[in-house]
Amino acid sequence: MSLDIRNLHARIGEREILQGLTLDVPAGEVHAIMGPNGSGKSTLAKVLAGHEDYEVTEGTATLDGKDILAMEADERSRAGLFLAFQYPIEIPGVSNANFLRAALQARQPEGVELDAVAFYHRMYAKMDLLEMNRQFTSRAVNEGFSGGEKKRNEILQLMMLEPKFAVLDETDSGLDIDALKVVAQGVNAMRSPERGFLVITHYQRLLDYIQPDVVHVLMGGRIVKTGGPELALKLEAQGYDWLKDEVLVSA
Amino acid sequence: MSTTFSADDIDRSKGDFYFPERNKFDAGYGLTERTIDYICDVKNDPDWVRDFRKRALKVFQDKPMPTHWATKDLENIRFDDIRYYLSDGQKPKRSWDDVPDDVKKTFERLGIPEQERKFLAGVEAQYDSEAAYSNIQKAVSDQGVIFVNSSEGLKEHEEIFRPWFGKVIPTGDNKFSALNSAAFSGGSFIYVPKGVKVKHPLQAYFRINSENFGQFERTLIIVDEGAEVMYMEGCTAPKFETSTLHSAVVELVAMKGAKLQYVTVQNWSSNVFNLVTKRGIAHEEAEVKWIDCNIGSRLTMKYPGVIMKGRKARGEVISIALANSGQHQDTGAKMIHAADETTSNIVSKSISIGEGRSTYRGQVHIPRHLKNCKNNTECDALLINSHSRTDTYPAITVRGNQHATQHEASVSQVSAEQIFYMQQRGLSEGQAMSLSVNGFINDLVRAFPMEYSVELKRLIDLEMEGSVG
Repeated sequence: MSLDIRNLHARIGEREILQGLTLDVPAGEVHAIMGPNGSGKSTLAKVLAGHEDYEVTEGTATLDGKDILAMEADERSRAGLFLAFQYPIEIPGVSNANFLRAALQARQPEGVELDAVAFYHRMYAKMDLLEMNRQFTSRAVNEGFSGGEKKRNEILQLMMLEPKFAVLDETDSGLDIDALKVVAQGVNAMRSPERGFLVITHYQRLLDYIQPDVVHVLMGGRIVKTGGPELALKLEAQGYDWLKDEVLVSA
Repeated sequence: MSTTFSADDIDRSKGDFYFPERNKFDAGYGLTERTIDYICDVKNDPDWVRDFRKRALKVFQDKPMPTHWATKDLENIRFDDIRYYLSDGQKPKRSWDDVPDDVKKTFERLGIPEQERKFLAGVEAQYDSEAAYSNIQKAVSDQGVIFVNSSEGLKEHEEIFRPWFGKVIPTGDNKFSALNSAAFSGGSFIYVPKGVKVKHPLQAYFRINSENFGQFERTLIIVDEGAEVMYMEGCTAPKFETSTLHSAVVELVAMKGAKLQYVTVQNWSSNVFNLVTKRGIAHEEAEVKWIDCNIGSRLTMKYPGVIMKGRKARGEVISIALANSGQHQDTGAKMIHAADETTSNIVSKSISIGEGRSTYRGQVHIPRHLKNCKNNTECDALLINSHSRTDTYPAITVRGNQHATQHEASVSQVSAEQIFYMQQRGLSEGQAMSLSVNGFINDLVRAFPMEYSVELKRLIDLEMEGSVG
């Protein structure tokens, strides 16, 4: 699935955050977005997912040509969009297994019941891949999970729901190297010619493990530079100042 | 959160139907000595019961409404506009085939005969003032278990019934126990002999069919030494424009080492005043456990209690309450410790939706002369909408220095972030709310027998449907 964003403007309350963002992620590609704090990276993720705090004032966003801005958050999900949250929330009293079942059941056509045995089989297989203890199935979603466990849980959900397009919002924050490798393994296992990824990250380190096809830099609410993986390395070595100068010059 | 709420009634269509009245006996409106005489004549009550009722009537008339602490909505009860006794004059049938059609259809619609076939040891089905159906599995009655309605109980088994009747809950306990003591009809009488462990639950179902009616069932359950039983009760009524009153009294007695579990799922329609007094006495090493769920009614006031009278006795109240717009669930528990090494546990979870109000009142009493008693209380409230309301009134009196008591309370909201997270996984807003609410009460729902917990979840989901715009 391809993601196509044109001239997106979005604000929260009175504050304009996205100011004319244009971005194209063809199906089968992994695009990374980096940028200084406050540039609008997480806002982009939330706006795409349909968070009601944000208002889109101009522009379009489509998934395989379908206008997602016109859809409710759950509709977008069922249309194939997945967001791996930066701060996954806890859901007390609802087990991981039940939650995943409910999410999968919501995608079944009317009247069709999910095959429970097949479901558990799949879930355990993915958990093994992510080196997650099977006890996590009966624990309440994210409740009492460490940061790393929460991020792994996001990837487990990604692998179970098999979305057509996934946005990963700072999936690497709070992860040690080992956890990072495991998470990257999970994401890489999901790469396919039909699936698109938008990986939002602060640090280049994640991109050593999830190699992007394209790297974009988001600054002041819009994409200011696009390049290959070497762009991320340059940012890591030199920071954002050189880019800021470049942007000023061309403004 | 941008949820809107419709203040109108949630569809309770399963119970919202009624059949035309065809009462043979109708005590007329209001409650006087003449009404008592009418009831006693129709039921052929023995003299001691007639006297008991008349004394209770005086107590009821003398006591004021407890509006100095309870809701003023009580003042909307019009005692003179209520009919205190209605029946078709038939004795309870032992076979569903013999039950009159309209009554049978009522219970079939509610799924009772089916439940009986599947998993119950006995069923009492009460329609307005009297039992229409009463049956117990032969295997269970062969063990000496008695399961009949209260009228049969006090007549055929006076020697077991009378010693405990009115002892767990004295007539003067409160205005509504006095009212029940005057006008009681129906309800169950159960006796389980020593050492008998009844494997399957006994169930009673209370159905109000008539308008302007008061139902006053009286239940007495005595479990002898070492015996065990679980009793389940469900109740519904159609929604009438006028108010209906349900004022029950339930007395439980668990002799030494006995275990008694009493499960209630209350889903009265939103015009019913549901004022119930429930209490159990637990003797040495005995256990009385109340598992109570209140979803319906306009106003419920109910504080299941246990008096732990013997050493090492245990009392427990597990309570789930759901208050929607136009509803007030005023529930809680009373744990009275009256012996050493007794333990009590109270877990109460309430959900307030729309403009619903839920209240928790808990009394825990441990006097100075006792040793090594324990109480644990947890009361959690969930507020769904911005005008939902919850109140907590714990009344804990502990004296002495060898006891352990613990009280935990919390109030929370379903967070918008939680709903968004679930929506991002493909669940609609309504499904997300339901999941959240079910998560909140999950560990308590597991205390209910499986058949009830499924129904409970269904009822709660129905309520949640209306809460999301």
